[in-house]
Amino acid sequence: MVVQIHGMTPAVCPQRVMHCLIEKGVEFEIIHVDLEKGEHKTPEYMAKQPFGQVPYIVDGDFELYESRAIVRYYAAKYAGRGPNLLGRTLEEKARVDMWLDVEAINLNPLVFPIVFNLFVLPGQGITGNKAEAQAAAEKLDKVLEVYERQLSKTKYLAGDEFTLADLTHIPALRYVVENCGMGHLISNKKHVEAWWADITSRPAWKKVVGIVESRALKYSP
Amino acid sequence: MGVKVYGPTMSTCTARVLLCLEEMGAEYELVPVNLSIGEHKQPAHLARNPFGQVPAFEDGALMLHESRAIARYVLRKYKISGADLLKEGSLEESAMVDVWLEVEAHQFDPAIAPIFFQIFILPMIGGVPDQTVIDTNLEKLCKVLDIYEARLCKTKYLAGDFFSLADLSHVPLLHYFMGTPHASVVYSRPHVKAWWEAVSSRPACKKVTSVMPGSA
Repeated sequence: MVVQIHGMTPAVCPQRVMHCLIEKGVEFEIIHVDLEKGEHKTPEYMAKQPFGQVPYIVDGDFELYESRAIVRYYAAKYAGRGPNLLGRTLEEKARVDMWLDVEAINLNPLVFPIVFNLFVLPGQGITGNKAEAQAAAEKLDKVLEVYERQLSKTKYLAGDEFTLADLTHIPALRYVVENCGMGHLISNKKHVEAWWADITSRPAWKKVVGIVESRALKYSP
Repeated sequence: MGVKVYGPTMSTCTARVLLCLEEMGAEYELVPVNLSIGEHKQPAHLARNPFGQVPAFEDGALMLHESRAIARYVLRKYKISGADLLKEGSLEESAMVDVWLEVEAHQFDPAIAPIFFQIFILPMIGGVPDQTVIDTNLEKLCKVLDIYEARLCKTKYLAGDFFSLADLSHVPLLHYFMGTPHASVVYSRPHVKAWWEAVSSRPACKKVTSVMPGSA
């Protein structure tokens, strides 16, 4: 049975899930949910994902949502296949969990106002709030200084292997760097820049980018 | 050497970690951090939590921050002696714990935390609560609680018919919230009410919340 990702591929959270599935060599198909038409807010969609957000996963009889929970599920389900994304020892798992939460709680709330005001709204022909984006960028710069210190000690966030903690950062930060003119936030930090170049050159991530650009609706390993 | 938790007892994120330690019957030392004098921004604390937040956690050479990550570590480490609040032996049950922990962090917390800030924190730092902020977030919280009500009609707890970290993670902010006049939004939803009463009456919850201020 092929995993179904209900969502829109340009959106950050479905990309997070696609990346994890490709790292693990898991076949999937995209069931397109058009966010611009508000298809994620229809009663039919919200009967499945009551918060009206994407993605929503159907995997045989099992259904779930919240992209960070979804990637944890697949990283555990396919722990024996592909890279180890969760850590092995109690301590390694704790570091993966910690940096997963740093992204979710300390970084993501700053990334959102940047991407929303400088990319999403202009894409819809609406002027975004540049002051709000700039204020968030200044705070994000300070947060990334903490990342710089960590990455001067370890190759990846949780240690010397690529894990979910690195993976969850990529989709939203990519928009910040490539579409919001904020690449300097990463390139002005030697170790963050090296980390960013490394994780975005992973073949699985490049496949995600290919799927988004080609508007493909399926992936087979 | 036992584990150490660095943070004030009234801090909701510090309480989240203490709740897990108490549920597991683990020994720990709580080292206070005085937020009012900026102790959390001093070098000693920044060495433990580089974002200058509470809590921080120490187990030998392992230093952790982010309360939900610390919670997971504690629940895994002490699982043999305590209950199983992560269900990592079952892929699907643990996924449900993760889903509702994400819901707590990204849907529930953003609605309830501003209300907590307005009513409890702002007056402590000489500010006046903004009723518009409270009302706007109460509306958001009610929409979230409607979803919880629908969920808890089907399952006894959020992740399933078992108590888990997903339920426990709600306790600190809900404890404070239930001491405000707005508690009615929980009491008016029968399954959410029953769930809260079951969760908050657990011995570990009573012990930790007893040292947190109960009302504004």
